[in-house]
Amino acid sequence: MKILVVDDYATMRRIVRNLLSQIGYTDVDEAGDGVTALQKMREAKYGLVISDWNMEPMTGLQLLKEIRADVKLNATPFIMVTAESKTENVIAAKQAGVNNYIVKPFNAETLKMKIHAVLGG
Amino acid sequence: MAPFAPTGPDKQLWQRLDRAHTEATTPLARDEVAAIVHEIIANMAGDVSATDLKLYNELEALARYIQHAKAEIAAINPDDIRSNHIPTATDELDAVVGATEKATNTIMDGCDVIGGLAAQVPPEIGQKLTEVVTGIYEACNFQDVTGQRITKVVRALKHIESKIDALVVAFGEQVGASAPTPSTQPLAAAPGAAAGGDPDGYLLHGPSLPGQAIDQDEIDRLLASFD
Repeated sequence: MKILVVDDYATMRRIVRNLLSQIGYTDVDEAGDGVTALQKMREAKYGLVISDWNMEPMTGLQLLKEIRADVKLNATPFIMVTAESKTENVIAAKQAGVNNYIVKPFNAETLKMKIHAVLGG
Repeated sequence: MAPFAPTGPDKQLWQRLDRAHTEATTPLARDEVAAIVHEIIANMAGDVSATDLKLYNELEALARYIQHAKAEIAAINPDDIRSNHIPTATDELDAVVGATEKATNTIMDGCDVIGGLAAQVPPEIGQKLTEVVTGIYEACNFQDVTGQRITKVVRALKHIESKIDALVVAFGEQVGASAPTPSTQPLAAAPGAAAGGDPDGYLLHGPSLPGQAIDQDEIDRLLASFD
């Protein structure tokens, strides 16, 4: 299964990629913003998207909405990652169709649990 | 054009001067005109009510208060805060983010090497190394979180900067660059303060921002040039 990691912060993408590798997911692709993520998703099939919320010009929430509005992409599981754990943000993400939500900083075990919860593994 | 028709105290003054001119055999002397004016002004006092006087006093006190506030604002030198302190603070914070990002990537480079070695050692040791490396990757999360927090602080500083801009515009030039610069004032209270009064002098101003100082290689070359 191919996983797409979306974050405008290269260091964070590297951290997530490494943690995914540690828990057994080595087929990982990266996107530095929401627009690039959408392009990649229209070119290749991804089994999971792990995206940061705080990005410009397209936020993780906007990316999620774009994915859910696209009939070819809307079944893709989506995990939101953010440093801000405000209730209203979680609600907004849930209403937009997020499958799970991880608050930074997180560890490999949390990432593993969330992925398994989303994918049913 | 309608003829000039004074009213109130003006009318009183004109009538009094006309009468004086009529009664006088010679043109009025300056002292005589002044005496008439004084007399009229003295009579005017009765036209100012107690409420008016209170209002004038309040306005005068308000004017004094505003003047005092302007002087105090000028003393803290908002233009200096706007043009020096806030930009310096934001540059320093940006440098913190850059430095921690660089260090985080160096740490992860090391982790990648250790991760590669984990496959070449006995399984039990390799497993332990993998666990340690995972722990380091997890700890590297701090970089993104602190970076975002610092970005928030930078945003807050920029907000303060815009408010100071508005303050300077509202109060005019006199609260701008005219006041003495606080950073140049002697502040000898800090222990170890360097000559010249810089309270941070003992810190050698901390790490320099990129491009504002020479690097280690240049320092080494410079020192070698003295040999």
